Amino acid sequence: MSEKISVKVCLGTTCFVMGSSNLQELIETVPKKYGEKVEVSGVPCLGLCSIDWEFSKAPYVKVDDDVIKEATVEKVLKAIDEKLNK
Amino acid sequence: MAMNTNTPKQTSHLKREILVRLIKAYLSDNFEENTRLIPYDMRPKGHEVPYRCCIFKERAILRDRAIAGLGFSIEDTDDSTLLSQLASKAQDRKEPDENPLTVLTTACKGCVPSRIYVTDLCQGCVARPCVNTCKFGAISIQNGKSVIDPAKCKNCGMCAQVCPYQAIQKIIVPCESACPVGAIAKDEDGHARIDFDKCISCGKCASACPFGAVHEKSQIIDVLKNIRSGKKVIAMVAPAMFGQLPCTPKQLKEAIMKLGFSDVYEVAQGADVTTKTEAAEFVERLEHGAEFMTTSCCAGYNELVDKHIPEMKPFRSDTKTPMYYTAEIVKKENPDAVTVFFSPCVAKKREALNNPNVDYVLNYEEIGAWMIALNIQVAECGESEFKTQASAESRNYCVTGGVAKAVQTLLPEEIPAHPVIIDGLTKQTVRDLKKYAKNGMCDLGNLIEVMACTGGCLGGNSTVNAMKPALKQVANYVNSSSSIKEQVEETVKQ
Repeated sequence: MSEKISVKVCLGTTCFVMGSSNLQELIETVPKKYGEKVEVSGVPCLGLCSIDWEFSKAPYVKVDDDVIKEATVEKVLKAIDEKLNK
Repeated sequence: MAMNTNTPKQTSHLKREILVRLIKAYLSDNFEENTRLIPYDMRPKGHEVPYRCCIFKERAILRDRAIAGLGFSIEDTDDSTLLSQLASKAQDRKEPDENPLTVLTTACKGCVPSRIYVTDLCQGCVARPCVNTCKFGAISIQNGKSVIDPAKCKNCGMCAQVCPYQAIQKIIVPCESACPVGAIAKDEDGHARIDFDKCISCGKCASACPFGAVHEKSQIIDVLKNIRSGKKVIAMVAPAMFGQLPCTPKQLKEAIMKLGFSDVYEVAQGADVTTKTEAAEFVERLEHGAEFMTTSCCAGYNELVDKHIPEMKPFRSDTKTPMYYTAEIVKKENPDAVTVFFSPCVAKKREALNNPNVDYVLNYEEIGAWMIALNIQVAECGESEFKTQASAESRNYCVTGGVAKAVQTLLPEEIPAHPVIIDGLTKQTVRDLKKYAKNGMCDLGNLIEVMACTGGCLGGNSTVNAMKPALKQVANYVNSSSSIKEQVEETVKQ
């Protein structure tokens, strides 16, 4: 089997206030849904919000090296599914 | 089912983005001009049009949202006034506006009026339970299908309940449906309007509107101005705040100091006074034969009693709110200070207007936006100790049942409380409260804790964190604190 997919939910202040507070459930639900195949964690500021005025695109989630802007639970799950089905 | 206030919504994202941009504009070298540019920065030429008919309408709506962010009433602001003029006017304002909510009519879709509607699913059945059940004779059969006569229909919804095909639907207007006291309704133009004589400032309409058309008038510019002018500005942080950001309580204090506040007090400190006073009051009332007492710390509930259930006044505790006692302590210790209450909800803005010790109120969305604007990483902040330690029970005030539990801790064995928890005001719970007040008794218990928001203050309309992680964070703080019993015993020893 290939390497695990890594999901990083940014819990920096900007992402948290702009909506990653509501993505914390992923940290519980993703392992239940995908088991060993996906590794998910809440991480400190990824530094994506401070580039120019990009705070408005927060919250950010990284699925492997892909950055999801204005992330929602649905967007993240979709990105994981796409990776798994490759 | 009502939408949970903590559900992520694009409307919250927009409201918060505007606040961040306003704060950044204020801190820039040209507040007026940078405020004027906000709608253009958010929707520059050629930008996609995500929500409305065209880019011009999007900008117009963003402008109106910025007006609320500047602390003005959108209804009362002339369309020809420039945002730059308003930004300038906001800095001259001496006091916040009286009513904390404002409706953005350009964003209000003017949803279809609330009514009962027969859909295409109607099979024109033989049983016709809808016709038979309607007490007002409003339903007839035309061309083999049920038709409702709007002149006779009273919107009771009985027909919708009995239809075996679920073919009859009740169309709701979310703000009207969420308002527990019928204070928001569509005017003749179809736009929502708030009747401030009835409004209890609970903020449920603001949370419910899918267009984000109900805004809080922000006091952020007023607070920024006071800090810039070098005044001693002190933050009073309500218990729910400790569940809002991903950091420890001590880091939170440090983060707030970085915003420019000269000190931070926990409102749980005032809640300790509330707990002791209310427990003593409960004992006294019951000894004098009272059937029950209600709590009095929720501003939304207090406004409900004052405006809609005056017969409840004799049963409502006379004890003041934690905000009241905290502000009293802060002003006593710092007579020259400007006080700012950090609130989970809009209702406290109303309460503060009647309390000379509370100068301003900011909600958690506004605090969060401010931290974004200054790029403060709360999780990387150092730790700063609170001068006075509040009790575990009082730090738990923001959780449903927390107030009743705190009061119970201090009651003598011979006068036990049987708590009844009203977890959120709805049309139904308002009816229940009216019933208890009218009958002078509540058969479910003798200590009624009333919270306007479901989930207590953690479910407040301007909270940032989701309910579950917020609860966990508050519980950690509560569990590491000492009981109010120890405080009381300590006082007795002295």
